[in-house]
Amino acid sequence: MTETNVTLTVNGKRSSLRVRPNELLLNVLRDRMFLTGAKYGCGIGECGACTVLVDGRPALACLTLAVAVDGKEVVTIEGLARGDELDPLQEAFLDHGAVQCGFCTPGMIMTARSLLDENPSPSEEEIREYIRGNICRCTGYTSIVSAILSCAKEKEEA
Amino acid sequence: MNTQNQSNTRLLLPEFEYVKPKTKTEALQLLDQYRDKDTRILAGGTDLITKMKTGALSASRLIHVRDIKELSGARQIDSALHIGAVTTLADLERLPEVKSVYSALYEALRSMAAPAVRNMATIGGNLCNGSPAADTAPALMVLGTVCTLSSLTGERRMKLSEFFVAPGRTALLPGEMLTELAVEGVRPGSGSCFLKIGRVSADIAKVNIAVYLERDGDRITDCRLAAGSVGPTPLLLDSVASLLKGSRISQQMLSEAGRMVEDAISPITDARSTQEYRKAISCILAEEAIKAAWVRSGGEVPR
Repeated sequence: MTETNVTLTVNGKRSSLRVRPNELLLNVLRDRMFLTGAKYGCGIGECGACTVLVDGRPALACLTLAVAVDGKEVVTIEGLARGDELDPLQEAFLDHGAVQCGFCTPGMIMTARSLLDENPSPSEEEIREYIRGNICRCTGYTSIVSAILSCAKEKEEA
Repeated sequence: MNTQNQSNTRLLLPEFEYVKPKTKTEALQLLDQYRDKDTRILAGGTDLITKMKTGALSASRLIHVRDIKELSGARQIDSALHIGAVTTLADLERLPEVKSVYSALYEALRSMAAPAVRNMATIGGNLCNGSPAADTAPALMVLGTVCTLSSLTGERRMKLSEFFVAPGRTALLPGEMLTELAVEGVRPGSGSCFLKIGRVSADIAKVNIAVYLERDGDRITDCRLAAGSVGPTPLLLDSVASLLKGSRISQQMLSEAGRMVEDAISPITDARSTQEYRKAISCILAEEAIKAAWVRSGGEVPR
């Protein structure tokens, strides 16, 4: 099977690698770049555990061919912190006890990051709507929603 | 998404060849060159890759069209909205005119899957899968959508309602690709609405219904209804539309229209719902959707 050269910018770092057509972005991130934050959950786009940002928008790495994102920019949970300084969302998840087993957390935070980038002051309803594709079997979502809500900016009064 | 054989998910897809044309012409040349059944067009991949992973579908060659610029994006030209086939659901949802003018389409998009899936999935992909449950189908059908099917030898245009042939089958011939959708049927003084019943919020429809109507005073002057997941293809409900056309709106008229929907559809029992439930809920959804479209057209709530 023919391999193709692809260039990916992952968490700000450009790298070139050869991939087979059937290699998924998730496997390239986890097995070849050792970025094991994004998780393999359902494998069919139902659970959101593999969510990463592709060109700034959430995408499911388990349904994305690596060869198909040649030239694009990918951000994983490992790319959110700046050195030792966690992203405010990561801090909030810790503070609110929004992490239990932790399997959904990387995908959940990437989705939440994208929500806040798009809409800095979402309502609780908007948060629940936006994270509906990220399944958590531990927390019952309450602590996750309050963690995200704590990072939302107060809506400016008109 | 495929419901059979879901346990058989794989880390790696079976081996296949991947080609990425840069332009529409190049894509059509490749399609013409590879007319075998094993060649598939890859757009967003949210259905295709899932089906390949679960073994519901196999392909030996994928032609990746998602990044072809001339097939992406939407623009308003005169009274029609022209949508490139590989425009993502998320990009479409973000267009101000989709939210303000094409309510049924906006509601269909908002009802689908989750943000990550909508960022990947394309409007053309949703239609070309030929699923009877495709949410954008009834919405686009009632808004009067004409699709363009392109091949190396030319283009043909057809109503979207004629595009769906059977479950999983469309009017596309070998060597053809869906390239554009033109939403042409929306007039001033109209209203539209899309409603859907699923099991949970991000779900494939048990039933979905879309309504478009034009109003003059307390009369419906023109009207189109369509429903999905209640027949082998998304269905245009012409009999119900003719009942409503020209009539004064009233609660009695709405109930009658609802009852007619039951006869116009042919749902089956499957993993998501039963025939009985689908029939019963379709009547109510239709009534509600007509009422909402009416109010959006500026009419008063019928009594």
